[in-house]
Amino acid sequence: MPFAHALGGTRYVFDDLATLLARATPLRSGDALAGIAAETAAERVAAQYALADLPLKHFLSEAVIPYEADDVTRLIIDGHEKAGFARISHLTVGGLRDFLLAEPEVANLGLTPEMVAAVSKIMRVSDLIAVGAKPRVVTRFRNTLGLAGTLSIRLQPNHPTDDARGVAAGVLDGLLLGAGDACIGVNPATDNIETVQRLLEMLDMVRTRFDIPTQCCVLSHVTTTMLALQRGSPVDLVFQSIGGTQGVNESFGVSLALLAEAHDAARARHPGANVMYFETGQGSALSANAHHGVDQQTIECRAYAVAAKYAPLLVNSVVGFIGPEYLYDGKQILRAGLEDHMCGKLLGLPMGVDVCYTNHAEADQDDMDALLTCLAVAGVNYIMGVPGADDVMLAYQSTSFHDGLFARAATRKTAAPEFEAWIARMGLGGEAIPAALSPALIGL
Amino acid sequence: MTNALDPPPDGAASILRRHTMARVALGRVGTAQPTSAHLAFQAAHAQARDAVWAEARLAGDITVRSQARDRREYLLRPDLGRNLAHGTTLPAAPGALVFMVADGLCATGVAAQAPAVIAAARPLFRLPVGPVVVAVQARVALGDAIGAAMGAAAVAVLIGERPGLSAQDSMGIYLTWAPRPGRTDAERNCISNIRPGGLSAAEAAAKLAWLLAAAQGLGATGVALKDDMPAMPLLGAVPAEPVERRRT
Repeated sequence: MPFAHALGGTRYVFDDLATLLARATPLRSGDALAGIAAETAAERVAAQYALADLPLKHFLSEAVIPYEADDVTRLIIDGHEKAGFARISHLTVGGLRDFLLAEPEVANLGLTPEMVAAVSKIMRVSDLIAVGAKPRVVTRFRNTLGLAGTLSIRLQPNHPTDDARGVAAGVLDGLLLGAGDACIGVNPATDNIETVQRLLEMLDMVRTRFDIPTQCCVLSHVTTTMLALQRGSPVDLVFQSIGGTQGVNESFGVSLALLAEAHDAARARHPGANVMYFETGQGSALSANAHHGVDQQTIECRAYAVAAKYAPLLVNSVVGFIGPEYLYDGKQILRAGLEDHMCGKLLGLPMGVDVCYTNHAEADQDDMDALLTCLAVAGVNYIMGVPGADDVMLAYQSTSFHDGLFARAATRKTAAPEFEAWIARMGLGGEAIPAALSPALIGL
Repeated sequence: MTNALDPPPDGAASILRRHTMARVALGRVGTAQPTSAHLAFQAAHAQARDAVWAEARLAGDITVRSQARDRREYLLRPDLGRNLAHGTTLPAAPGALVFMVADGLCATGVAAQAPAVIAAARPLFRLPVGPVVVAVQARVALGDAIGAAMGAAAVAVLIGERPGLSAQDSMGIYLTWAPRPGRTDAERNCISNIRPGGLSAAEAAAKLAWLLAAAQGLGATGVALKDDMPAMPLLGAVPAEPVERRRT
């Protein structure tokens, strides 16, 4: 079904919903790369007008990727929450924007990923912050994440050769600066099962030796983590990168059935806990040539529907990791990070954001400070903590432990309550390392 | 660049610095990093930015180009970096392992690391080794087109990795069995962080030979080929970048 809007004497026509969403998307290099971005600024706003007039009910009758062709579409349509949707089913996309900004309670609205993507496209940065701050998504493992007044940090102590003591040194440095309540999560340089098991055992040793109320994760492929689980390694969280189409998930070597199997296995080990950790990021589907002509931000929202299926403890968009061909500069990364946070929250996810960039993007630490501050105001569940903001294994820049301290102080937030109590108990905060956290206790 | 940091504020913190090149034990002023740590970071970022745009002469038997005409187009159009320039001709190397030496995001890195890895790896292979193809403005998947055009059994793409703050000379290897256009990243195995201070040329060559032999037995690379090569205790761990965070 075609959509149209006239602007400045020109009538712009958009052939279908996917085209309308793509043309209405604020400019980013990935959509230009895919050849689906608006050709002019006027065409973009015309598409935004047409999108604002679209009834939300239309999204239930036109899929951006056919139901028969894609298991993520089937998951979205088959799992649609009709009860919550009744409250807003009379609205257009424009009406939804007004509703979200005006209403204090915006959780459980039965929104589909495509509806959430659509409304974000007609929002400014301040709207993304204001609405993103409304839904509170609380998850639990050994501590409680996402409570009001808290900002958690994933401690990311990566090492280029997975050296256990090198990783442990990064862990201790982060703990001394108040990081690690979201999780202590290592990206291994290798997917080697022996290395993954060795890191899992070291992290568990540090956690138990210091009695830290947190959870650990080695971010290996889900199949490797399941093997480690079978071999009896101390697996807390099961990690996996996911995307918003069946094709991109296949490119990651996963299926919905495999994720369900991993979720069941980890829940058997940790009954009652949120056990999954997912990472996403705009552009992965185009990168895997699995985007079906749909814009990257809409596909990102579809990935959130996949994540929501498995009650994750943590989800984060690795927003600036993918590179300038998808998000060109600090301006595009800033907006995308705030879109991902708000859209994930509206879809019920415990959203974090890896506030980051690569050295081939037109961005620097100033851009990250701006995004970090906006996200802290928007109530992001967690951010990353990397020594000095410099990930020496993945070769990109994220937020430092110091940045985490800054964001908490600037927005008057604390770590998760159990972790905050641990910080007080350990006597952290001064210049010297407390005896209870002596490096010697963990073999350093 | 970590060397440019000031000494850590006390003796206990310096223990951390001994075990990692990460920016640990920086001290703090309020919630921020001290001036010296801040400027050391800025200097490293400036060098990394410059490395992305630097050019280098790469050694090989044949040189080909992708369809990306310059660095800016290469950065914005990865699709062009995966296709051979129109009119490219390549010799046949049926059943061989073909090396593709590619600039990727750091030409100086691959120029520094590739020759030693190729020299160390050659004697370890059971497969015949074809000509070394240098590829300019190249992405990993260009190896699929090159391998298919040459009829190769497998292609090992040696490519400059995106410069980081601590390393602006790092190379990765992507091994693809039965290369052909359309292969996905899940169908490759990767060895990353090959550089002084990371994985040595000898370690990378041993790893590549192990993966190639396993791929030959399995008839496949990627997720199907589980990397369960025993760890080399004297050499440390053996990096091969995980599929899920690899977005080259």
